[in-house]
Amino acid sequence: MAAQFSLCVGSSPIARRIGLMLSAALLLALPSRAQQVQVAVAANFAAPAKALAAQFEQASGHKLALSFGATGQFYAQIRNGAPFAVLLAADEETPEKLQAQGLAVAGTGQTYATGRLVLWSKQAGLVDGQGHVLRAPLPGRLALADPRLSPYGRASAEVIAALGLTLRGQAVEAAHIGQTYQFIASGNAALGFVALSQVYENGRLREGSGWIVPESLHKPIRQQAVLLRAGSGQPAAAQFLSYLRSAQAQALVASYGYSP
Amino acid sequence: MRPAAFSSEAVSAIALTLQLATLSTLILLVLATPLAWWLSQTRSRWRTPLGALVLLPLVLPPTVLGFYLLVLLGPQGWVGQLTQALGLGPLSFSFSGLLLGALVFSLPFAVQPIQSSFEAMGARPLEVAATLRARPLDAFFTVALPLARPGLLTAAVLSFAHTVGEFGVVLMVGGNIPGQTRVVSTQIYGHVEAMEYTQAHVLAAGMVLFSFIALWVLMRLQSKQRRKQA
Repeated sequence: MAAQFSLCVGSSPIARRIGLMLSAALLLALPSRAQQVQVAVAANFAAPAKALAAQFEQASGHKLALSFGATGQFYAQIRNGAPFAVLLAADEETPEKLQAQGLAVAGTGQTYATGRLVLWSKQAGLVDGQGHVLRAPLPGRLALADPRLSPYGRASAEVIAALGLTLRGQAVEAAHIGQTYQFIASGNAALGFVALSQVYENGRLREGSGWIVPESLHKPIRQQAVLLRAGSGQPAAAQFLSYLRSAQAQALVASYGYSP
Repeated sequence: MRPAAFSSEAVSAIALTLQLATLSTLILLVLATPLAWWLSQTRSRWRTPLGALVLLPLVLPPTVLGFYLLVLLGPQGWVGQLTQALGLGPLSFSFSGLLLGALVFSLPFAVQPIQSSFEAMGARPLEVAATLRARPLDAFFTVALPLARPGLLTAAVLSFAHTVGEFGVVLMVGGNIPGQTRVVSTQIYGHVEAMEYTQAHVLAAGMVLFSFIALWVLMRLQSKQRRKQA
């Protein structure tokens, strides 16, 4: 009758063996020759970051381990000892704050991408190329990211203010720019302000209709990269940052719908 | 160029997820059984506050849980300072930190079913065991534990499945580092953000299928058990 209990306790050596086997398999899978740099990447930059990483890895022989998340979440994690060497943030405030607090190497902040805002609808022909659709009664709900949390949301609010629009009751706020896109792509909002990089492919809109908002209507959406304290002793980390400034990297970033 | 359905990244995330879920389930069964026993038997005034504390991870948003774990495990947190003093370094952003997180957020899923089993059993079987001169510890192993078998099974399946499915805490405490703390759920998040919907679909559909099968097997075992007892 004691068999049941021995099943609970007695299987821990087996578990340990399974754990050891899995850890060994994982260790073998890691390359030993080149340096590995841990990079925290703002989730909205995931697609271009993967393309940049592939190009950099091929050219340098180093390996990049990309982690995707929200910039604010990375800030909390870096304050609490996260091992990231480089941060590609979605804003410029976070890298500045990290430098001021000594969590990033002072003077290493650099703009790696400037975001473009687009008024976008999944429906073809709904948004005209001049944004006149905003002047007429809206065809449905308009989605934008929370202006207090998201740089794209703040830029959206600036555009709305610059155009002198009042959207009482018609605007829906999403937590971040990824959710804003989902609101519109799922048809729950007729149109909304998203990042051009979300709807842009090979030099044009992937689907639907859009108005690429002139940069004069809002403050620039600068995304900054910074060398973190954990990466200060890693030459490969500094090398990746200088690669981001290269013409080759900038052209690649622009092809994803960012300003050069 | 069509991307392979299961990249090496995906395989590593799946292996890590299974390792995490297996280890946390085994540890949880060992920890939750005595805790559930105590909660089911005690008349202490600590019973209700402790019971509430055990249930807390069930209702707290994962971001709250993840944030507090991050602060606690970090270099300034008291758990982090303890592990550093022991020479282990801070546990955040490591597999051990993830494991600790899994033990916390899956605790109610392990304790609850076992506790219910112990409570459903009532005092009678142990009283009978006592009249047959079984010592309390003996009676626990030979009478109470076998009777609580359905509860132990439910606890194992639920905590395993819940650990596999957890996202918010894992992202916050683990940092989504490939090969170290990137599990299936955070891998899917990366794919969705990169608009790699094919890879996201493969993993997400696998997750749905896995969770369904796990729950189905559990229901079947439970109904079999019920028939046996009837």
